[in-house]
Amino acid sequence: MSQFAEYAICLLLLTGGAFTLIGAIGLARLPDFYTRLHGPTKATTVGVGAIMLSSVIYFSSRDGSIGISEILVTVFLFMTAPVSANILAKAAMHMGVRTVENTQGKPWDQ
Amino acid sequence: MFDRLSFPQPWLSLILFVIWQFLSDGVSGASVVLGLILAWSIPQMTQAFWPERPTFFKSWRMPAYLMRVIFDIVVASFQVAKLILSPRKPRPMFVAYPLELEQPLAITILASTISLTPGTVSVDVSDDNKILLVHALDAENGDDVIDAIRTRYEKPLLEMFE
Amino acid sequence: MITIALYLTIGMVTLAAVLNVYRLIKGPDAPDRVLALDTLYINAIALIILLCITLGTRMYLESALLIAVMGFVGTVAMAKYLKRGSVIE
Repeated sequence: MSQFAEYAICLLLLTGGAFTLIGAIGLARLPDFYTRLHGPTKATTVGVGAIMLSSVIYFSSRDGSIGISEILVTVFLFMTAPVSANILAKAAMHMGVRTVENTQGKPWDQ
Repeated sequence: MFDRLSFPQPWLSLILFVIWQFLSDGVSGASVVLGLILAWSIPQMTQAFWPERPTFFKSWRMPAYLMRVIFDIVVASFQVAKLILSPRKPRPMFVAYPLELEQPLAITILASTISLTPGTVSVDVSDDNKILLVHALDAENGDDVIDAIRTRYEKPLLEMFE
Repeated sequence: MITIALYLTIGMVTLAAVLNVYRLIKGPDAPDRVLALDTLYINAIALIILLCITLGTRMYLESALLIAVMGFVGTVAMAKYLKRGSVIE
C-alpha cells in the first residue's frame, strides 16, 4: 500500500470518528429536540461518509477494485437522512414537543 | 394489454437495473434477467403511489449542483461541530421560507438539501406547497437564512426545473 | 499506523454510541428516543465498516446495507406511529 493512501485512510478515519462523536455529543447536550435534530442528520452522516470513503480507499488500494457496496450504503444514508429528520420533526411538531426559551419563531400547529 | 408491458418510468427502471447489477456481485446472466424483471415489476407495482409523472428537468445541471451541495455539507459541518463544542448557547429559530418552486419533486430536492446542509433542517411544507418551515440551529436574522437558501440552492433548482 | 487510527476511531464511535444510549434512556420525549435510535443504527453501520477494515474482509458490508435499509424503515414507521397513532392506514 502506498504511503499516500495510508495517510489518507488515517486522516479520513479520524475525521469520521471525530464527526460521529461530535454528532453524539450534540445529541447529548443540546437543549431541545429541534436543536438535537441537527447533530445526527449532519455530523453523523458526514462521519459515516468519511469512514466509508476510507474503506473504499483501503480496499481499492489493497485489491485494486472499487467496492460498490460501500458507495451504495453511503448514497442510501445521504438520501434517507433528510427524510427521517423531516418525518421526525413533523412528528415532534404534531406532539407539541417543547422548544428552548430563546427560540425565535414558532412551529405551526396544523 | 400493451400498457402492462411498458416501462412507466424509464429512469427509475434504469436505476433499479443498474443497482441490482451492483448488488449481485458481478454481472452474470442470472443477474441481468432478474434485474430486468425487477426493473419492469417495481415501477408497475408502485405506479399507484406516484401522484403524477415526474416532469422533465435539465438533468445535466445536476452534477454541478451536487458538487456544490457536497462542498457545502463539508464546510458547514465544521461550523456545526464548532458550535456544538463551544460553551455558547445556540440561537435556534423557526423560519418560514416562501417557496418559488412549484413541482413536488423540486420541493423535495430543496427540502432534502436544506436538511443535509448543516445548520438548517426543513420541518414541514404547508398544504398549498407555498411555504417551507425551516429550523435553523444558530441564526441571528431570519432574512439571512432565507437569502442564503434562495441564492445558493433555490435559484439553481429553478433553472433546472424550468 | 492504520491500526492505531482504526482503534482510535473504534473508540470514538463506541463513545458516540454510549452517548446515544444516554439520550435514549433520558428522553425526555418519544421523538428524542426515536432520534437516538436512528443515530444508534448509523453508528452501528460505522462500526461494521471499521470491523471490515480491521479484519480485511468485505463480507460484512452486506449487513451494513441491510441495517441501513431496515433502520430507515424502522425510523419512518416509528415516526409515523407517533404522528398518526398507526403505521399503515
